[in-house]
Amino acid sequence: MIGQSEIVKLALLAKIALSESELVGLQGEVDAILEHISEIQGAGEDNAVAKETGLNYNVFRDDGEPHASGIFTEALLSAAAKREGKYVKVKKIL
Amino acid sequence: MVIDLKELSIAKAHDHLTHRDFSARELAQACQRSILERDSDVHAYLEVFSDVLEQADRADERLRTKEKVHPLTGIPLAIKDNILIEGKKASAASAMLENYVASYDATVIRKLKEAGVVFLGRTNMDEFAMGSSTENSVFGVTKNPHDPSRVPGGSSGGSAAAVAMNGALGALGSDTGGSVRQPASFCGVVGLKPTYGAVSRSGLIAMGSSLDQIGPLTKTVTDAEIIFNTIEGQDPLDSTTLPEAERTQGRAALKGRGSIGIPRHFIEQGVDADVGAALDEAAARFEKLGYHVKDINLPNIAYSLSAYYIIVPAEVSANLARFDGVRYGLYKEGADLSGDYAATRGAGFGKEVRRRIILGTHILSSGYYDAYYNKANNVRRLVRADFEKAFAASGDAVDFILMPTAPTPAFKVGEKMSDPLQMYLADLFTEPANIAGIPAISLPAGFAQRDGKQLPVGIQLMAPHCGEAALFSAGRDFLGE
Repeated sequence: MIGQSEIVKLALLAKIALSESELVGLQGEVDAILEHISEIQGAGEDNAVAKETGLNYNVFRDDGEPHASGIFTEALLSAAAKREGKYVKVKKIL
Repeated sequence: MVIDLKELSIAKAHDHLTHRDFSARELAQACQRSILERDSDVHAYLEVFSDVLEQADRADERLRTKEKVHPLTGIPLAIKDNILIEGKKASAASAMLENYVASYDATVIRKLKEAGVVFLGRTNMDEFAMGSSTENSVFGVTKNPHDPSRVPGGSSGGSAAAVAMNGALGALGSDTGGSVRQPASFCGVVGLKPTYGAVSRSGLIAMGSSLDQIGPLTKTVTDAEIIFNTIEGQDPLDSTTLPEAERTQGRAALKGRGSIGIPRHFIEQGVDADVGAALDEAAARFEKLGYHVKDINLPNIAYSLSAYYIIVPAEVSANLARFDGVRYGLYKEGADLSGDYAATRGAGFGKEVRRRIILGTHILSSGYYDAYYNKANNVRRLVRADFEKAFAASGDAVDFILMPTAPTPAFKVGEKMSDPLQMYLADLFTEPANIAGIPAISLPAGFAQRDGKQLPVGIQLMAPHCGEAALFSAGRDFLGE
């Protein structure tokens, strides 16, 4: 159901560096899993369900006053691999 | 008073603490001794915190002055390594976060701190909560305290083992597809997965955000209730938490003993003989207690597994995109920025994590999104509707659904590692409750004899949304509390 080249492409999309041997192994495993989960195609269509019980509750928070500037900066930046002053530092993109 | 941890529950310990039979410090020290004795074999803990006695002393102050004493004041708990405690490491058992120090408290931790809990340490787990055996931890396997050649279950295996070995009076775990209930079953303790939205996920390292819930692992149902009542509640930091009005509906007490449905059509597929026997005995026990037990049909329940292994990898691939070596965690250098990401993620994530991210990336990619992800969400609605119908207030309705927690007792270390699908099937009976969002509790229900060892077997009770109170009531009946 899934070939070697697709696994390579997925690894690129997911930004994970994989070794040659791992790519091969993954192809077999992902293929087998996809085979199994494709059984879901046999499930019926969702016609009768008008109302959901215990709906996943998910609302946006009201816009409110932001917290004071800078109060979390040090605590957060102390975890960054590379920083410069109050900035997280990364390689040039362009 | 001599402290025998084997005889202590949270409720009993609270009694002794308030009567000053022993202090919180002495209780914490007893746990530390127990951990020293057993944990080199079990490896439930990744870290025992250095400030345990300081925490205990603060609790003793409250107990002494009788100010702000809570049922959990001075009670020693173990916390799964994916729940953030400010100033402490939280690594999700991954190389990616090996040295990450939490910059804030999870909401559940804040609540437990307010109650005066003593946090003993962080427990081992499957990496990023992906697994059913705790064998996917980068920091070594946890062994089942009942048989060290077997797994404690997963992904909250460390938490379950910590309680089972008397290295804590209770623990927190997280459950996305069974990760609190299945280890509870394998280790012979009580494990609760709350209703989705009952407990805040703020500060829980996210795996499958539409399924994750934090839940307690304890020796008794009463203890599970004490912890649940402390950690539940609406939280502005987690907009999926249920408002109070939604919860009160479900809290209405059950009139009498109630009825229990068993979906035998689903269970018949591949259940170990001892597990089947435990289920039958449990049904008989409930009937003796005055419950009415009958067969029910949940037509779409078998699709829960495939729906789960579509939704979870998809959500995992999104949730773990944040780990790129920039703001926190491991950093490995590449040729350019993209190379940095690829090198970091390649080095930081273990096999199962990578497998699920690749799977999820495929599932969400154009051309497959409809066939997999949208289909799985439709099936999810079907499964929910099945449960809703079973519980609905009509003639045929049931108050609870009873199933085994896991298809087998604890399996051997290494037994299921060569075939990911075999491991995934371990969660067959626990996933439906996550898919439907309903609460479910695993209760110790006997033992299976294997190689001369007694292996715990659990059974699982499910209730409608916000039906935790009913679960606690039936659970107490079942265990004779």
